[in-house]
Amino acid sequence: MPDINKVLEKYSSPGDLIAALQDIQKEFGYLSEEHMEALSKKIKAPLSRISGVATFYSMFRLKPIGKNHISMCRGTACHVHNSETLLRFIEKKLNIKSGEMTDDGHISLETVNCIGACAKAPAMMVNGKVYGNLDEKKIDKLIEDLRK
Amino acid sequence: MAKHKKTRKRTAKRKAGHHSSHKHAGHKAHKQARKTPQPQTTATAPAKQIKIFLNEQEITCTPEDYIFDIAEKNGVKIPHLCHHERLERTAHCRLCIVDVDIGNGKGRLMTSCSTKAADGMKVNTHTPKVLEARRINLELLLANHDLNCPTCPKNLHCKLQSYAGDFMIKDIRFSGKRRQVPVDNSSVSIRRDDNRCILCGRCIKMCNQIQTVYAIDQNNRGFDTIVTPALGHTMAESSCVNCGQCVIVCPTGALTEKSDIQSVIDALNNPDKMLIAQTAPSIRAALGECFGMEAGTEVTGKMVTALKRLGFEKVFDTDLGADICIIEEATEFVKRFKENKNLPMITTCCPAWIKFGEQFFFDELHHMSSCKSPQAILASLIKTYYAQKIGKSPKDMILVDIMPCTAKKYEITRPEFSGEADYVLTTVELGKLIKEMNIDFVNLPDTEFDNPLGESTGAGVIFGHTGGVMEAALRTAVDWLEGKSLPKFEYNKALGGIETKKEAKLKIKGKTVNICVVHTLGEARKLMEDIKAGKSQYHFIEIMACYGGCVGGGGQPAPINAEILLKRAGALNRADNKKKIRKSHKNPAALSIYKEYLGEFGSEQAHKLLHTSYTRKAYK
Ligand code: SF4
Ligand code: SF4
Ligand code: SF4
Ligand code: FES
Ligand code: FES
Repeated sequence: MPDINKVLEKYSSPGDLIAALQDIQKEFGYLSEEHMEALSKKIKAPLSRISGVATFYSMFRLKPIGKNHISMCRGTACHVHNSETLLRFIEKKLNIKSGEMTDDGHISLETVNCIGACAKAPAMMVNGKVYGNLDEKKIDKLIEDLRK
Repeated sequence: MAKHKKTRKRTAKRKAGHHSSHKHAGHKAHKQARKTPQPQTTATAPAKQIKIFLNEQEITCTPEDYIFDIAEKNGVKIPHLCHHERLERTAHCRLCIVDVDIGNGKGRLMTSCSTKAADGMKVNTHTPKVLEARRINLELLLANHDLNCPTCPKNLHCKLQSYAGDFMIKDIRFSGKRRQVPVDNSSVSIRRDDNRCILCGRCIKMCNQIQTVYAIDQNNRGFDTIVTPALGHTMAESSCVNCGQCVIVCPTGALTEKSDIQSVIDALNNPDKMLIAQTAPSIRAALGECFGMEAGTEVTGKMVTALKRLGFEKVFDTDLGADICIIEEATEFVKRFKENKNLPMITTCCPAWIKFGEQFFFDELHHMSSCKSPQAILASLIKTYYAQKIGKSPKDMILVDIMPCTAKKYEITRPEFSGEADYVLTTVELGKLIKEMNIDFVNLPDTEFDNPLGESTGAGVIFGHTGGVMEAALRTAVDWLEGKSLPKFEYNKALGGIETKKEAKLKIKGKTVNICVVHTLGEARKLMEDIKAGKSQYHFIEIMACYGGCVGGGGQPAPINAEILLKRAGALNRADNKKKIRKSHKNPAALSIYKEYLGEFGSEQAHKLLHTSYTRKAYK
């Protein structure tokens, strides 16, 4: 586990808020309340403000991610190609909602806006790798593979 | 938008060094209050005069004036939801748009609250284009709103509702998903219903910029945006100090006081209990406004009559608690001053300020007076001294406090005050209850407070406005330090105004006593930072959380502005002037309670019943 004090070392003013949040997320995978509280003390920014920023930008994650992480694209091109139905399909299959993680911590799911693979819409990312031209069958197989 | 931001920045820069009030709208720096030398700037020079045309009428103004304010001064009331005279201009609601032609014949829709005048500008406030755009903005707000107006706590007092009426909105052309989130009922003081929030941002600016409590902020984005404490925490868990200043500025039913009316109605219908009310100093100066009476009408007698008709057996005056508070506080101050210990001493009548101190300045709590608030002092005496006197068990009594203040609802739940007051109703709640019980308040006859806890001095009554507690304390403390009864004692001139920070120097027996009075917690924060840094020169400080003191409390009728506050304060000052006895330590009722029950001023018994202590409070 990285040390939060180390991560926050170079930050000292409220203006550092976004950069510091990015760093925390990079190191810990998500923004925990504990770490945001530490940040609040360090850069003297109220927690309510930090919360406002952390919940405003979709790049920030407030819940831990699982061993495997799925980012379903909900950008315009993918939307036109029915990504909403696919999202519901994944949610049903994993029995979690977007932004959540399965009970065993094995798979987590989130939605993102355009992953730059519009030509292959609908697309998603699994553990950082892009998969395009998706349909329910392909997704089903991908998830089964993850479960192995 | 960006353009106005720039203008604002420039103004701020030019004023920088002059005083630091820019960030804190509504804070008018008191010249003497600033220690920093004042550099010569052009800010004080009379601004250049320009002409604009407002609905074709030629008007002289300066380039520093905002169109909204110019219109207001010239009899044009522009509808507005987010703009508020004490808060930063952020132009969220776009209801105040007007048609602005800067000379090229092409009108543009601009938000009047954030647009400054320019020479030759032609402003039209109600062209068909303007009206249609305003109507669309209003309909969009209404489309995403819980429109169950009759069940809303702000029914008939809501600005969104009244504009919908003014615009004669008959149907709403937009439909779709509406925000549906649970109501946050966790706080004992404030009810937060995001289904009725129009995201105007007033509460956030009030809480963060004026009060510097930072309890709430905007979270999430787009359709999911709500105003909330950090990370989904409840109001009760947050740093909210319950001051209710956000409630005062919220134009809708999204933020309201947490109502205790039903519990009080139930209590009034309980035949086994003796119902007692006590009323804070500032109620008498504001309650009339709930019934359309002019601000500053003193309604003490009608208020007591109304409470009697509601079924309260006894109605006592918190002013007596204030007088006793002063006796104890002055005793404490004289001791600390003579020993030069724990100075400055800070008043502790305001529960919002106390929670603020306990959360943010927990290392400085020894500066606080140990005296309970007047409310808590009288409550404690009612349930002990008075109960014994009439031979009743305190368990058979129900005490309802009528307070200007949402924070008092919190104060009575503090564990150290348990068993004392049972309920708090705010001025606004009492107004509602009186209406619900069909009492024709305006035409009520007068009734006097009950004895023995209804007798008070002029010093007790002025507790309700900024500077009043200090004035009352000095009337007693200075007499004691001088060792004689001073015939002249009006400190009010220096301390009673609406500036958020006021100072005075007193010479007492060759020694100087430095006095400071602040209201709004932003001012309190600055003062506390100085104390923490060991830079404070003061000996005695009064702090009130609410702008104007309790006459501007979070439970008082809105709107609240400087003019209304001065009228309410004026009513209290007139009541003070009418009193024969105007020093707390001369209050015969107080003196006989000491004689019969408490012993000496500052005695052990007095400490047991009338003093308290403070501890660090955690918050989210
Ligand atoms: S009651 Fe006071 S402290 Fe609490 S949210 Fe409102 S303004 Fe902030
Ligand atoms: S809670 Fe009230 S004051 Fe705050 S943003 Fe919503 S409508 Fe405006
Ligand atoms: S200033 Fe008065 S009304 Fe405001 S929070 Fe304090 S005690 Fe209550
Ligand atoms: S919209 Fe999905 S990849 Fe661009
Ligand atoms: S009042 Fe001007 S934009 Fe809201």
